[in-house]
Amino acid sequence: MQWEIVIGLEIHAQLTTASKIFSGSATSFGAEPNTQASLIDLGMPGTLPVLNAQAVRNAVKFGLAIDAEIGMTNVFARKNYFYPDLPKGYQISQMDLPIVGKGFLDITLDDGTVKRVGVTRAHLEEDAGKSLHEDFQGMSGIDLNRAGTPLLEIVSEPDMRSAKEAVAYAKTIHSLVRYLGICDGNMAEGSLRCDCNVSVRPKGQAEFGTRCEIKNVNSFRFIEKAINTEVQRQIELIEDGGTVIQETRLYDPNKDETRSMRSKEEANDYRYFPDPDLLPVVIEPAFIETVRGELPELPQQKRERFQSEFGLSAYDASVLAASRELADYFEEVQRVCGDAKLAANWVMGELSSLLNKSDIEIDQSPVSASQLGGMILRIKDNTISGKIAKMVFEAMADGEGDADQIIEAKGLKQVTDSGAIEAMLDDVLAANADQVEQYRASDEAKRGKMFGFFVGQAMKASKGKANPQQVNQLLKQKLDG
Amino acid sequence: MHEKTLAGLSQALHSKAISSVELTEHYLKRIEQFDGALNSYITVTPELALEQARVADARLAAGDAGPLTGIPLAHKDLFCTQGIRTSCGSKMLDNFIAPYESTVTARLLAAGTVTLGKTNMDEFAMGSSNESSYYGAVRNPWNTEHVPGGSSGGSAAAVAARLCAAATGTDTGGSIRQPAGYTALTGLKPTYGRISRWGMIAYASSLDQAGPMARTAEDCALLLQAMAGFDERDSTSVDEPVPDYSAELNQPLSGLRIGLPKEYFASGLDTATADAIAAAVKQFQALGAEIKDISLPNAELAIPAYYIIAPAEASSNLSRFDGVRFGYRCENPADLTDLYKRSRAEGFGDEVKRRIMVGAYALSAGYYDAYYLQAQKVRRLIKNDFMAAYEQVDVILCPTSPTPAFRIGEKIDDPVSLYLTDIYTITANLAGVPGIALPAGFAGDLPIGMQLLGPYFSEARLLNVAHQYQQHTDWHTRAPAGI
Amino acid sequence: MALDRSDVEQIAHLARIALHGDDITATTDKLAGIMGLIDQLQAVDTSGVEPLAHPLETTQRLRTDAVTEINQRDALQAIAPATEQGLYLVPRVIE
Repeated sequence: MQWEIVIGLEIHAQLTTASKIFSGSATSFGAEPNTQASLIDLGMPGTLPVLNAQAVRNAVKFGLAIDAEIGMTNVFARKNYFYPDLPKGYQISQMDLPIVGKGFLDITLDDGTVKRVGVTRAHLEEDAGKSLHEDFQGMSGIDLNRAGTPLLEIVSEPDMRSAKEAVAYAKTIHSLVRYLGICDGNMAEGSLRCDCNVSVRPKGQAEFGTRCEIKNVNSFRFIEKAINTEVQRQIELIEDGGTVIQETRLYDPNKDETRSMRSKEEANDYRYFPDPDLLPVVIEPAFIETVRGELPELPQQKRERFQSEFGLSAYDASVLAASRELADYFEEVQRVCGDAKLAANWVMGELSSLLNKSDIEIDQSPVSASQLGGMILRIKDNTISGKIAKMVFEAMADGEGDADQIIEAKGLKQVTDSGAIEAMLDDVLAANADQVEQYRASDEAKRGKMFGFFVGQAMKASKGKANPQQVNQLLKQKLDG
Repeated sequence: MHEKTLAGLSQALHSKAISSVELTEHYLKRIEQFDGALNSYITVTPELALEQARVADARLAAGDAGPLTGIPLAHKDLFCTQGIRTSCGSKMLDNFIAPYESTVTARLLAAGTVTLGKTNMDEFAMGSSNESSYYGAVRNPWNTEHVPGGSSGGSAAAVAARLCAAATGTDTGGSIRQPAGYTALTGLKPTYGRISRWGMIAYASSLDQAGPMARTAEDCALLLQAMAGFDERDSTSVDEPVPDYSAELNQPLSGLRIGLPKEYFASGLDTATADAIAAAVKQFQALGAEIKDISLPNAELAIPAYYIIAPAEASSNLSRFDGVRFGYRCENPADLTDLYKRSRAEGFGDEVKRRIMVGAYALSAGYYDAYYLQAQKVRRLIKNDFMAAYEQVDVILCPTSPTPAFRIGEKIDDPVSLYLTDIYTITANLAGVPGIALPAGFAGDLPIGMQLLGPYFSEARLLNVAHQYQQHTDWHTRAPAGI
Repeated sequence: MALDRSDVEQIAHLARIALHGDDITATTDKLAGIMGLIDQLQAVDTSGVEPLAHPLETTQRLRTDAVTEINQRDALQAIAPATEQGLYLVPRVIE
């Protein structure tokens, strides 16, 4: 049977605020356990929540960026359940009236096609703490530093039909929240977490199959693997005559399997009701316009501009616009050197592989955008060749200075004086008199192959500094007479 | 000294007729002497009180004193008081030393008051008789066989027995007004949001409101002045200017329109209470007020609506008592579920557990619309009743309770009959309007209370009306025999 | 809506309150009485009535995003039943 995969994602983005959503505690990552857990975060009797304005602003920003309806009156509700990382015994979240309503996002797939994915809603809520399972004589330790960190839960429509589409969607959200500056997107620290709702149905069937929710998948690679593994499990289960039960599952990357989270299964009756400690949040139209004015250029707009303004290909534009930092870097290189195509080639080529190799982000790049732009200028004015440029780039990466300093210090300036090149070529030909004789005796086809040998010898003799075009031209003249 | 009202004590302190230390020592002695029989205090804090009294005396001497400086108060034991046990009348918090100060107590401390201790209360403020306290029932100083009312029963008994100058209370369904009525006190439940709830351990967040319990309206005005006001730590506190309550007390009542809701004078009202209210009506007429019959047609729905909304909110508010970060934890929990279930089963008393369960049920899947949502709709009907009534009248007059204080144990096995004692007080909490209870007579040795309700933020008017009544009656001046 | 024993057991579990044997019987009786009281609302016609969540129908005030809390871990954990290395201890959490 042909199966169709149906995927919806719930992405929890930690909002970048200085303080928590309902208290004045710091939100920084990695503090000593419970040192950022105040009276309110601990759910001390008699304490009350007060909503952080920045969390509201960030959520509205996101809503505007996905063309969503903004919940002009949105309401916080309590989701009641007992868990040690949930100090009050309820999570303050939003249920019936979220801050962000229906919107959409266009995602670019690997083959360059664009797909529109619906966003059902996005709501504000508080994060829970963490249970640490190291052994304290059979006990777990609870750290509530993270409790109360603002989250925006972004719920997609079940619009994705493959793990790759799901990853593309997740990456698009990741890029968007970073563009907006509302989330740092650091998945390793849990700033962006993903729950995947996965079901399968026979191709052509209208109704959805029973879905399973895979909780807390924390990297793009794992999203793809977890979904594929779960899809496989569901198909095998159905084909063996079984039925999928709606449940929450956990992905184990070590075993590459999903397993049922029975502990969270039992009687999930969250008893949502409007939080009586918080009043309805009313968003004024003027506020929306202010926030709209603060929106940066978004990835989609940037891609389009890179194509129209710089003549980049759709692919190059989408790679360079994928992150705000990369796009900014590229634009700075372009500004310095005035050549968008060369700038794009270098940023996507040498620079990207350098960053990959060293496993660092663009903002930690050892070669600054102005350094790279400066080097490209030297290519353009023929001071160095493309090949020498790679040496210069490596030297810049090693911290040896700007392109001009390195070219000067290493004597890498390209030789373009025809007289000097001719003299050097004469020496090369004299030293290889036998080959010259052979060349001249050969037919056109064989000459072509042998020509490369002379170019190689000439470049070697000039230590790569001779202008390659001139070497080609002058050598041809000399050999062919 | 203890015969004096708070206002009288304030004068005596300012004229240096007495010192705060003398006054504090006097009350501490009285507590020692009489509270064994009454059980109105859970915790007495003599060292702290005397230290505060010394500071107050210094302020009085330096001329840096307000009307409350040096006045010994007692606080209902659900206001967090830093470094002092704050038990909420529960075993759950028997070991809970509050790590911070509530806004109400902080403001009263800033005004220079002295804290004598923390008063007994129904566990988590759930009760109308003060019999559900982990620390035992409180006795009514007017007749110790009877309850003082609840949930602020300890505060009521302590003030009535002159074991403090005045006290704080909280009122979720009548918990200030009903015990004030049972003990011949004046007790004010302000408009919802008038006083900050920060540091006040929540029972039902959309209904809870703190207020003063004292001997007279004049005393309540002085206390409310310090307690009221916006607090940025409570989103539901209201940013409205606080008027000068004492300045309004002497406004004449001529032309005042008083409404008598016919639903509150129907069957079930005790004859002595009805007579006392009728006499009060005459008194108000004599003072120039105009009396009108009005209707609050949905009043009878208040109790069922309240017993959905309050338990629903409570079931969630009390989830934080889980034996993990503070409070009671059971011995040797077998696993996490056992930790939760036994800590809560052993830490909470029966009435608290019942209300948590009723609330959990009312919010649970499939029942939410039928119970919680329906109750919220009825809540609007009740609010609308008040809004319509206040188109016709300035204040509403009615009894605080259908009968005077009942006997200890009388209703203990029948929660529903106990719930019905709040029939006249609960509507004000649902609508969020202010109400003041004040003594209007006696049935034998038991006080009869009456209640005045007003529109939002009409506290000054209610205090004024009550004060004028008290200028022409003496019920509030009577003291229980033997103490 | 009448409550039976199994409803009560289910609610007690939701509310994480241990109930055993006679407790369940007694609780079921008392809760039945309370439910009888609140079931009076079922007969009320509230069609077209907006629910009222808060008496004063005002809106949420927002707080400026600033860190105002300092680390008080030692003081706050002094009243905790069980802590170790700054963590609150609970019986092992199984996921």
